[in-house]
Amino acid sequence: MARNPVTWLGSPTFPKAAHTALADTQLRQNLRKATGTIRGRRAAAVGEMTDWEQLRVAGEQIKNDVLARLDTLLVQLEESVTARGGVVHWARDAEEANRIVLDLCREEGANEVVKVKSMATAEIGLNEALEAGGVHAIETDLAELIVQLGDDRPSHILVPAIHRNRSEIREIFQRRMGVEVSDEPADLAEAARVYLREKFLTTKVAISGANFAVADTGSIVVLESEGNGRMCLTLPDTLITVMGIEKLVPTWQDLEVFLQLLPRSSTAERMNPYTSVWTGVTEGDGPQRFHLVLIDNGRTATLEDSVGRQALRCIRCSACLNVCPVYERTGGQSYGSVYPGPIGAILTPQLVGDMHDPQAASLPYASSLCGACFEVCPVRIDIPSVLTHLRAEAVEAKGLTAESVAMAAAAWVFREASRYEKAQKAGSLARFLARDGRITSLPWPGSKWTSSRDVPAPPSESFRAWWRKNRG
Amino acid sequence: MRVRVALFATCLTDTFFPETARAVVRLLERLGCSVDFPLGQTCCGQMHFNTGYREHAKPLARKYTDVFRDYDHVVAPSGSCAGMVREIHPTLGESPPRTFELAEFLVDVLGVTDVGAWFPHRVTYHPTCHSLRMLGVGDKPLALLRAVKALDLVELPDSTHCCGFGGTFAVKNAETSTAMLADKMTSVLSTGAEVLSAGDNSCLMHIGGGLSRLRAGVRPVHLAEILASTEEDPWLATR
Repeated sequence: MARNPVTWLGSPTFPKAAHTALADTQLRQNLRKATGTIRGRRAAAVGEMTDWEQLRVAGEQIKNDVLARLDTLLVQLEESVTARGGVVHWARDAEEANRIVLDLCREEGANEVVKVKSMATAEIGLNEALEAGGVHAIETDLAELIVQLGDDRPSHILVPAIHRNRSEIREIFQRRMGVEVSDEPADLAEAARVYLREKFLTTKVAISGANFAVADTGSIVVLESEGNGRMCLTLPDTLITVMGIEKLVPTWQDLEVFLQLLPRSSTAERMNPYTSVWTGVTEGDGPQRFHLVLIDNGRTATLEDSVGRQALRCIRCSACLNVCPVYERTGGQSYGSVYPGPIGAILTPQLVGDMHDPQAASLPYASSLCGACFEVCPVRIDIPSVLTHLRAEAVEAKGLTAESVAMAAAAWVFREASRYEKAQKAGSLARFLARDGRITSLPWPGSKWTSSRDVPAPPSESFRAWWRKNRG
Repeated sequence: MRVRVALFATCLTDTFFPETARAVVRLLERLGCSVDFPLGQTCCGQMHFNTGYREHAKPLARKYTDVFRDYDHVVAPSGSCAGMVREIHPTLGESPPRTFELAEFLVDVLGVTDVGAWFPHRVTYHPTCHSLRMLGVGDKPLALLRAVKALDLVELPDSTHCCGFGGTFAVKNAETSTAMLADKMTSVLSTGAEVLSAGDNSCLMHIGGGLSRLRAGVRPVHLAEILASTEEDPWLATR
């Protein structure tokens, strides 16, 4: 089986990637500003809802139900879509999905396609696969276009160019569109509008992802802010939608919950500007050929894991990225995947499905377990619990290491109070390393701590020694 | 009837910060509790569990249950360790004894916010992540601090942001941890406080270790030590 393109080939492990990112002062400033702003706005948008916690629980339960009945709901979706004139394709992995989409483009005779922003197509590396097959994909989401024109990689789920500020965007637009433009947001948007409008009117095939698919009606739902998505979903003759198999909701009514949860969590809006819904093909209205490509790409394997499967509840809102102190400082590209941040740290390694991969195995450790992600997750994914669960898998895959020996030794000491007390006494001798009550330098791995932090000198008497003497 | 309490000192406080554990004893006894320290206790297993060594954490969780099973209340001067016991030990197959973080115990069980403390210093308070998000202690520690006589409490900007400790995260991702620490120290220094308080010595060791490296002139002091301090028996800088 080919490697899963959900991680970028050759990406360093998280600590190595973070080392580079942390030194990029422009990146740090861009992220500090962007995440700080969106954090505040999300808190305000959520704060005005009196039933937010009930909505979160409802979102969690609907998604749990979907995951429990995925086999039958998917068949139901296929039947509904087919009944309304759509064609459903099933793809086991990225390679299969890319081949299906490329073949469909070729059948249409298209050498250019317009794209609605989609995580599923980014996950499978569709643009690169199409390019290799002679089909050029044009991203129409503004941020996605910035990434594409900048020959860059995305760094955020919702705002893939969040690591860029407007003067950097201006530079990219001038270089790639050959236009003079200021760094005013309105001017930049106008430049993109002129560039894209012509593409909308001339391109015959569009490719989208899906935020939701309603099993009982076969309706596909896309939420967006710019309207460019709606252009793609209505103007071309053929629409190809690529969707992860977990994106289902059972009924139309279930959308009620998610259409409240998603905009407030992602863009901090009460309602997103554009919600497009289509059901198969409607004669004389919109694309006349509709293909739905359902991708697995590691999801069935993830579903097998009773702890890890909750990552499949994710609705790609990005709230966890925006509140994550690690993400804010390292940026999304450090995670080496289209799925960065806390959700990426639990989803990416599961989709890769191989903890012997050092990059994937480093991701669950990219967290201080502060829990801010769980607190904001609209579908209550307990990210910290999944992180520790995946760390256990990483430890098992690594086998015997210096760390595992040290951990086993520490556990052996802690299992018996008498051993622990002896170790305490021996350890307290480290106080002779201290000057003025602090230790400023320790040998490896302690050096990782003392590189930026002092260690207090251990006291001559532990608490238990004091207790024994005075109270025992 | 006197409330019978077992102190779970936590391995870190027992070993590195005995003055915190002594302060808990002094404070709880002053409030009329009878305090015991079962000597069989060691560590709750959090470091092992959080680093991915679940199997090593299991016997430590079992040991915790065995050591404390006969007590009505176990009190720990740590939101993180109390969170490990309450939230994680059940996932390791244990039914842990009733365990509280200190501020929760004072406010919820003993029903006090004014513990009769006196602490004539300018203090800022960092609510630690696990006390905040695992245990949900909310502003109980602040209510306790507000009732301390002579204490000048200054609000910490961005107080709920993690300090970057995260157990082995601080060494496995030392640079990211340090970047988080830098911002936390900036917040602390902006308050002009001379004392940084928190309910976890682990986070205090981290922020304090950074402040000490910079010779920043701010001292980390555990909440228990502030609450134990009185006019008759005041807190004295021991380090």
